Amino acid sequence: MHHHLILRVVSKMLIPPILLYALYVQFHGDFGPGGGFQAGVIFAVAFILYGIVFSLDHLRRAVPPHVVRRFVALGLLIYAGVGVANLLLGGNFLDYSTLAHDPKHGQHYGIILVELGVGITVAAVMISIFFAFASRPPTIKDTDW
Amino acid sequence: MEAFIDIVLFGFLILTAIAIMRLRNLFAVVMLSGVFSLLSAGLFVVMDAVDVAFTEAAVGAGISTVLMLGTMAMTSREEKPPVHNRLFSFAIAVVVGAALIYGTTDMPPFGAADTPVHQHVGPDYIERTPKEIGVPNIVTAVLASYRGFDTLGEVAVIFTAGIAVIVLLHGRTRPARSADARKKGKDA
Amino acid sequence: MFDDFSSSYIIQHYNYWMVIVLMMIGLYIVVSRGNLVKKIVGLNLFQTAVFMLYISMGKIIGGTAPILTGNPDEVYSNPLPHVLILTAIVVGVATTALGLALIVRIRERYGTIEEDEIADIEQEIDRRESA
Repeated sequence: MHHHLILRVVSKMLIPPILLYALYVQFHGDFGPGGGFQAGVIFAVAFILYGIVFSLDHLRRAVPPHVVRRFVALGLLIYAGVGVANLLLGGNFLDYSTLAHDPKHGQHYGIILVELGVGITVAAVMISIFFAFASRPPTIKDTDW
Repeated sequence: MEAFIDIVLFGFLILTAIAIMRLRNLFAVVMLSGVFSLLSAGLFVVMDAVDVAFTEAAVGAGISTVLMLGTMAMTSREEKPPVHNRLFSFAIAVVVGAALIYGTTDMPPFGAADTPVHQHVGPDYIERTPKEIGVPNIVTAVLASYRGFDTLGEVAVIFTAGIAVIVLLHGRTRPARSADARKKGKDA
Repeated sequence: MFDDFSSSYIIQHYNYWMVIVLMMIGLYIVVSRGNLVKKIVGLNLFQTAVFMLYISMGKIIGGTAPILTGNPDEVYSNPLPHVLILTAIVVGVATTALGLALIVRIRERYGTIEEDEIADIEQEIDRRESA
């Protein structure tokens, strides 16, 4: 896609707002529509757009695949870790009320942490899947579409 | 007004689905399936499910389309004419559809507030969320707190599917499997 | 069952019927087409129709999205189907990706993604092996 000048310029301008919007959706999910699942997908879309419009090598330099694979596990570990922390603090598994003195605040902290875990895993899985598909040699050439 | 938007969206959805069914160019099929997802996201907004609409728009119209295009680039652009018995497939669809429509005749009216769905946990969540959780978005409260264990399982499914895709598509390409290649391997 | 059949009966149920029509178009694509990518698209159609069925059941006419507004008299649609379907959509795309990855591997092994051609190749291999 080296010849698509307009696409390259427009995506360069779009990628930062997409990332920022993903973070907004992630951390504003308890007040409006949104949450970890949506934010993770939107976050991944920014990287996928970069990978499609520029090149896979550019994307590999920005986010190395082996690093992304670590994040796949990290999100799930954060989620389960919150549950274990609740157990250690004397509550039930995933009973966030133990996280703070005020149960309501505890619930709020718990939701934010858990959604963060969901967002990390979803974003990392989507980027990894894109890497997996895009790294295979295509049988249809760019010009044949 | 809501019913009108509803009918228009359903009309477009059915037209898109029929176009997907009839077209044989896979590029057009994949693009239309993105359109289908976006239209269904609109329908979800009309039916008050804003979180679902958001997810459907991001996932269905965004990620799914990219993945299917990626698959197409590695496989083929055209579908070959179907060889299956069309009449038989059509009969299956009609019979199953008729059975399902027979099932809906006993269902409560669309949008009624006194149906069994709205009697048990649903209103309970709406009532308890402001007191116990204190976040305005009830969907988030139920997703992350009341049904946190369920969501943990869902994240584990996504994790597993991601790992499976990485494992399947990792490494170098193996030679194509054909009768000749297999024979040669056996002789050697 | 049909004693209350009238135009209002149609208005009360057309939503479910439209969803079932979409579902059956998806089923028809899965059963009748041999191309594996097309089958996945058909499955996605079917899946989205099931999502619509769930969301239809959670809707209350005159209600609003389940985000607390502070007004005590507000009627909210049922949030539970929304939660179930939201996670189902993301799990759905993850499993779709798995299916597509399998298709890519099938194409690499057999050189085709048409069901009947794959079956032919398999038969040919079996025939040669038994010979």
